[in-house]
Amino acid sequence: MSMQDNDPPLMRVSNLTHMYGDRIGCRDVSFDLYPGEVLAVVGESGSGKTTLLNCVSGRQHCTAGTISYRMRDGRLQDLNALSEAERRFLMRTDWGFVHQNPADGLRMNVSAGANVGERLMAVGQRHYGRIRETADDWLGRVEISHDRIDDRPGTFSGGMRQRLQIARNLVTGPRLVFMDEPTGGLDVSVQARLLDLLRGLVDDLGLSAIVVTHDLAVARLLSQRMMVMKDGQVIETGLTDRVLDDPQAPYTQLLVSSILQV
Amino acid sequence: MTQRLLLTGVDKSFTLHLRDGVTLPVVAGVSFHVDGGECVVLGGQSGAGKSSILKMVYGNYGVGAGQILITHAGDQVDMASADARLVMQVRRQTLGYVSQFLRAIPRVAAIDVAAEPLVRAGVTAEAARERAAALFARLNLPERLWSLPPATFSGGEQQRVNIARGFLPDLPVLLLDEPTASLDARNRQVVIDMIAEKKANGTALLGIFHDADVREAVADRIVDVSRFATAAVAA
Repeated sequence: MSMQDNDPPLMRVSNLTHMYGDRIGCRDVSFDLYPGEVLAVVGESGSGKTTLLNCVSGRQHCTAGTISYRMRDGRLQDLNALSEAERRFLMRTDWGFVHQNPADGLRMNVSAGANVGERLMAVGQRHYGRIRETADDWLGRVEISHDRIDDRPGTFSGGMRQRLQIARNLVTGPRLVFMDEPTGGLDVSVQARLLDLLRGLVDDLGLSAIVVTHDLAVARLLSQRMMVMKDGQVIETGLTDRVLDDPQAPYTQLLVSSILQV
Repeated sequence: MTQRLLLTGVDKSFTLHLRDGVTLPVVAGVSFHVDGGECVVLGGQSGAGKSSILKMVYGNYGVGAGQILITHAGDQVDMASADARLVMQVRRQTLGYVSQFLRAIPRVAAIDVAAEPLVRAGVTAEAARERAAALFARLNLPERLWSLPPATFSGGEQQRVNIARGFLPDLPVLLLDEPTASLDARNRQVVIDMIAEKKANGTALLGIFHDADVREAVADRIVDVSRFATAAVAA
C-alpha cells in the first residue's frame, strides 16, 4: 500500500527533551511522522535513541516538549493532555511496541496463542473461537507453524519469539509501531528472515513505524527516512539513502565508513 | 518534445571530515536538459562525475549549488532543495533509476524484486508478476531463477533483474547507470530495443554507457562531463 501524498502527519514531535537529573537523555528533538512512513533512528549506545523512543511511545514522561498524535477521528491530540487510562487504551489499540528482547514484550508463562489472543481480549473481543482463529492466522503470517499454538514462548527459539512478539503487536491492527532494535541479538540468517517479514507486513498493512537501530543495513532496508543521533541530539536527518550515500555530519561519515563490506 | 529535466549550475563536492575536512571537488556548473522522447548520454572518462550527476538527480546525493528541475505532476520540482517526502513522491510517480548493481533483499524472489515498484504503484501482485515474467523472458533470464532470491546470481543475471525492476513502471524520466555493463551482446541488444521503446513512448532518458556500440545505438546527444570536472577542480 502506498502512502498518501497529502496526508497530514500521524505524529508530530516538537522540541522534545528528556533529562535524567543533570544528564541529557535527548534534547530538542523535532520531527513529523507521516502515515505509511518508516523512520529509522540510528546512533550508537548512549546516543539517546531509546530514550527518544520511550518518550514518544508514552512509556516515559518527557521533561519538555510536545508530542501530538492524529487520532482515528482525525483530530491532532496532545499526548500529555490524555489521562493515564486514555493513554493506555491508545497504546493497546492503535500502537504496537516491539522490544529488542522478546521476553519484555511477551508473557512467557502463557501459550503462543494466548499471547496473541490476549491483545484481542484487551480491545474487547470475547468470542473464544474467533480469537483463537485470528491468533492462529497471525501465527501463520509470522511463519510460526500451527502446531505450536499451545506451546509457551519459552520453548521457542529467539527468532520465533521475536516473530511471536510481532504477531502480538499487530493483531489489533495498530497504525503505528515502535521498534527497539527489533533484530538485535539474532543470528544473521534469522535477522534476514525477520527483516523480510517486517518489510512485507509494513508494506501490506500500510503501517507507520519508528525503528531504533544501531544497524545501518537494517535502517536501509526498512526505512524511507532516517535521523542520526549523537549525545542526545539529532545531528543529521533526511532520506535514508541520501544520509547513507552522502553523509554530511562528521559523526555520520564515521558511522557509514565503519560498516564492514562483505 | 517537452523538456522533462533541466540542470543549471549544479555543483558537487565532498567534504571528508575523517580526512581533516579536506574537500574533494567533483563537478561544477553542470547545465544541460533532457526532453521527453530522447536519450541523453553522459560522456567522459571514469571518475569525471557521471554517476555523481545521476545520483544528484535521483536524490541520493545532496547538491552543493544549482538547480535540478524535474517536471512532476504538472509542476517543476527542484530535486536539489526538495524535502525527503517530495523526493519519495517524485520517485514513485515520475523518476525511475536503474542502478549498476542490484541491492539484493534477503529472501525475496527475483520476480518479486522486479515486480515490487509496480505493486507499490497499485498494480495487483499477480498482474505485476506477469509483467515481470514477460520482461524476464525477453531478457533471457532462465525461468528456474525467477523464484530464487538474486543474491547468488551472476553479475549479468542480477543486472537483468535490476533492468526489469527499473523498466517495468512507466515513469516519465528514467536514469540508467551502465545498465548493459555485465550483459552479453544478445541481451545488450534487448536493452537497446527497450530503450528505443521508452523513447517512442516519450520517456526522457539520461544514462551512462561505457560500450561504444550501445552508446551509438541509443544516444541522441552526448553531454561531456569532463568540462564540469575541470571546472570543479579550478574553482
